[in-house]
Amino acid sequence: MPLSRAQVQHIADLARLELTDAEIDRMQLQLSAILDHAARLQELDTEAIPPTASVVPLANVMREDVVSPSLPREAVLANAPDTDEKGEFFRVRAILKE
Amino acid sequence: MTAHEAYRLLQKGEISSVELTRAVLDRIDTVDARLKAFLTLIPEQALERARAADALWAEHRRAGTSAPGLLGIPMAIKDEICTQGVLTTAGSKILYNFVPPYNAEVMERLHAAGAVLIGKTNNDEFAMGSSTENSAFFPTCNPWDLTRVPGGSSGGSAAALAADETIFALGTDTGGSVRQPAALCGVVGLRPSYGRVSRYGVIAFASSLDQVGPITKDVQDAALILGTLAGHDPKEATSVDLPVPDYVAALGPVTLQGLRVGVPKEYFIEGMQKGVEDAVRAAIRVLESLGAITQEVSLPHTDYSLPAYYLLAPAEASANLARYDGVKYGLRAKEGPTDEMWAVMRETRGEGFGAEVKRRIMLGTYALSAGYYDAYYLKAQKVRTLIKRDFDQAFKQVDVIVAPTTPSVAFKIGEKVDDPLQMYLADVFTLAQSLAGIPAISIPCGLVDGLPVGVQIMGQAFDEARVLQVAHAYEQATDWHTRRPPL
Repeated sequence: MPLSRAQVQHIADLARLELTDAEIDRMQLQLSAILDHAARLQELDTEAIPPTASVVPLANVMREDVVSPSLPREAVLANAPDTDEKGEFFRVRAILKE
Repeated sequence: MTAHEAYRLLQKGEISSVELTRAVLDRIDTVDARLKAFLTLIPEQALERARAADALWAEHRRAGTSAPGLLGIPMAIKDEICTQGVLTTAGSKILYNFVPPYNAEVMERLHAAGAVLIGKTNNDEFAMGSSTENSAFFPTCNPWDLTRVPGGSSGGSAAALAADETIFALGTDTGGSVRQPAALCGVVGLRPSYGRVSRYGVIAFASSLDQVGPITKDVQDAALILGTLAGHDPKEATSVDLPVPDYVAALGPVTLQGLRVGVPKEYFIEGMQKGVEDAVRAAIRVLESLGAITQEVSLPHTDYSLPAYYLLAPAEASANLARYDGVKYGLRAKEGPTDEMWAVMRETRGEGFGAEVKRRIMLGTYALSAGYYDAYYLKAQKVRTLIKRDFDQAFKQVDVIVAPTTPSVAFKIGEKVDDPLQMYLADVFTLAQSLAGIPAISIPCGLVDGLPVGVQIMGQAFDEARVLQVAHAYEQATDWHTRRPPL
């Protein structure tokens, strides 16, 4: 069953992705085709099968709680689209209303 | 020239690293305008490193000591891998200006071995694709036929290597992105076991599947480079703490007498190209002539690897790519005076991501969203278990499994761009190994109408040595790996 425009728009909202009308049209068709193909998985009885999230059997990996060198602030902020004048912080548009 | 041949000549002083580096840079000058394998070139830095390598070589020769295994040898690195101080875009507009402040662990290890970085190679945006056409910058051409794709997503690395623009290259392989382009460009591509090589500093696509692998001109080089990359990295929690064997020494001489080779019937399917099937069957006969005993095996869930992969990988990608928000690095959309942050973020992502990346973010977000998680994501994870068990069962009967790497030779540029599902089918033989986490190598085994065919050899997890041995034995008995495109 094809996805509705509203469904596609809802997913785009969840993914914080701006899509044009033309993109939404295409997504409706293409996502539906891919999901139809994926529906084949329902042929398999997996009632008793555990899921595999990772092929390496790892528990939590711990390390000693010691300070080690990290990247210098200037080096990290050098890639930022915008910083404050002193170059100490990332700068973004206000997220809190007054 | 291979890396191990270059090493021998450097050792004897018959060539210098500067000469070798100049030679590949000259070759790039001659052919890359047509091939477009590179996104970034750093000739001055490369020559500077080459001069330093030559000075070290002189010391080693004088003192009679052995030099690090890749000292002075030029390399090309996929643009998914972070290189300190060198532009790293992941083939995406959203990272068009990103200069990493640190090296990926694999780069640290290659630099420690003395290799010389010459440039960064093109790839499908965020490694999502099978043709390198999804690069935000330009497509790369196949050196065997410039109207065809080199495969993907590591198409730039495979094309550059096949065209002698580098001595070796690195790619990343999430669902075949090292093996498939290696096959379509007629070179060797190895996907190591998941956990064998650190992913630290590799731009994440699907974290439970991503691996870094060498793309090389022969199997000995694949062994040499894997040995340099492999091993536990405390910075990467999924890298496994197992001893790393000497892969080059393990190559042999080894006899294949009595080796049990499985041939999975699910990999010889209707619709695959006849010439590809013939070349792979001929390769299997070569292994038999070397003493291997072949038997048919079944990997019954093979057919489900494509739908499982195309739910799991996009789901992981949708989470991994949440970090591209226009705050910390890369593109930020133009801000109007009254725009609030969330709007800027949406605009940035809408503008910065290409069509395939958006498609996968949408697909993954859908598969993880409330109401669909069990039906899609969890279901796919359970099917992943079945696919892994297929291999566990098969490896009770055989030592390695041999199959085609791709169902056809390189396709035309533009042929599949409008039909994502057709494009996904190009990966149909390289997904299951990724889902199961096992090592697999693609090596050249023939030409169909002048285009390369790859045969894939798979082994048990962390048994790269065996995979390399079998590939090496085949290579010794044939000369497909020596063929070069008429470029």
